[in-house]
Amino acid sequence: MTWPVLGFFNTSTGKKVGMGVTGFVVVGFVIAHMAGNLQVFMGPEKLNQYAAFLVSLGGLLWVLRGIILLAAVLHVIFATQVTLQSWRARPSSYAVYRYQASSYAARTMRLGGPMLALFIIYHLLHLTFGVVQPAGEAFDPHHVYNNVVYGFQVWWLSALYIVAMGLLALHIWHGVSSMLQSVGLNHPKWNPWRFGLSALVAGAVALGNISMPLAVLAGLIQPA
Amino acid sequence: MQFTLKVWRQADREATGDFVTYPVDDISADTSFLELLDILNERLLARGDEPIAFDHDCREGICGTCGCMVNGFAHSHERETTLCQLHMRSFTDGETIIIEPWRSRAFPVLKDLIVDRSAFDRIIQSGGFIAICAGSAPDANATPIPKEAADRAMDAAACIGCGACVAACPNAAAMLFTSAKIAQLASLPQGHPERIERVKKMVSTMELSGFGSCTNHGECEAACPKGISVNFIAKLNRELIRAALWG
Repeated sequence: MTWPVLGFFNTSTGKKVGMGVTGFVVVGFVIAHMAGNLQVFMGPEKLNQYAAFLVSLGGLLWVLRGIILLAAVLHVIFATQVTLQSWRARPSSYAVYRYQASSYAARTMRLGGPMLALFIIYHLLHLTFGVVQPAGEAFDPHHVYNNVVYGFQVWWLSALYIVAMGLLALHIWHGVSSMLQSVGLNHPKWNPWRFGLSALVAGAVALGNISMPLAVLAGLIQPA
Repeated sequence: MQFTLKVWRQADREATGDFVTYPVDDISADTSFLELLDILNERLLARGDEPIAFDHDCREGICGTCGCMVNGFAHSHERETTLCQLHMRSFTDGETIIIEPWRSRAFPVLKDLIVDRSAFDRIIQSGGFIAICAGSAPDANATPIPKEAADRAMDAAACIGCGACVAACPNAAAMLFTSAKIAQLASLPQGHPERIERVKKMVSTMELSGFGSCTNHGECEAACPKGISVNFIAKLNRELIRAALWG
């Protein structure tokens, strides 16, 4: 018995479809993660209760985490494969080359992707595992609110998060329209909406996530 | 008008090439780009130098034979213009023009500005055809085809196979070319019997030829002298997903 469909992922088109589907999962997580975190504006009890609720999911939480981790890892593997294929495809570069159509977001995907991967590792060490605490306050796994607020009170850490969210928005801006194109969801009638949706998701992710460190730096959110 | 041309010179496939600078003067603004190269070549021959090798045929913008990078643009900075349809009035007097061949592992340089584009021929040979019953010609309109489908197929069929999409692609991918050929046949009922096999074989040949992977930058569409749309690439993706699921 041979595996159906699997050979599809040997083609660059198949890998791009894989990147689109895994990207969709990760973008879905990014939006849900942001929606959950925005509860920081509703006070410490609300956010800490939400965190406790997630932990109470137990096995289901680990299944969800597994899906997101798998999607992220596959996304990176597919991206690395198609990037290496493209680098091999033009062994000698042009003396002069001018872009005519591609956006800044499209041209920075291969730079922004690895930078985001590094940020995600740092972010997990900072607020999930609590190993890195630049604020010097002790990490309390039951007080998500204070962990976040103490962290963002360190100006350079907030700056790091803000820059990372800018990179994330750029990646999503090209990523969302690109994923729809890669899975074939393209129609002249809907294409303006496809690009509009990309900009909307990217803008919402940037504004929503950056609002949190800014609110802490401005003193609107204080430790409990 | 007068120009300084920096032209890529390469003796053969194995040689390492380099840019050679040629000042050219006394050029009419209505000279086409290929005529400029002709004039330069006559002058080179007159002084006993090797003329610049470049591909050309119809010089009407319909055959797809000519093409090279001009100041970093495939064919031309003008939209939907083949190299032969580009005229020196599009440049400023005294401008330095950098001329180099298409660069892609799948398109090795044969000499100067000439590249070997037989990878495109191999992609067509692997599936860019339909099997028909040979015999007397069928009645016109025996197979009803919606106007929209015929128009779409015609838009795809406008591809002249010049290779500008590969040259302009930051990844040296051949998706626009391959997708145009696949979409042309997939849009018409005559192309349906081999629909699944065709996309599998043509994509497989494309991959084996050493082209890169599409990143949806859209540089191919901007460079295409026939204005082939990247919508056809999404069509190819749909065809390949269909083939993977049901083929």
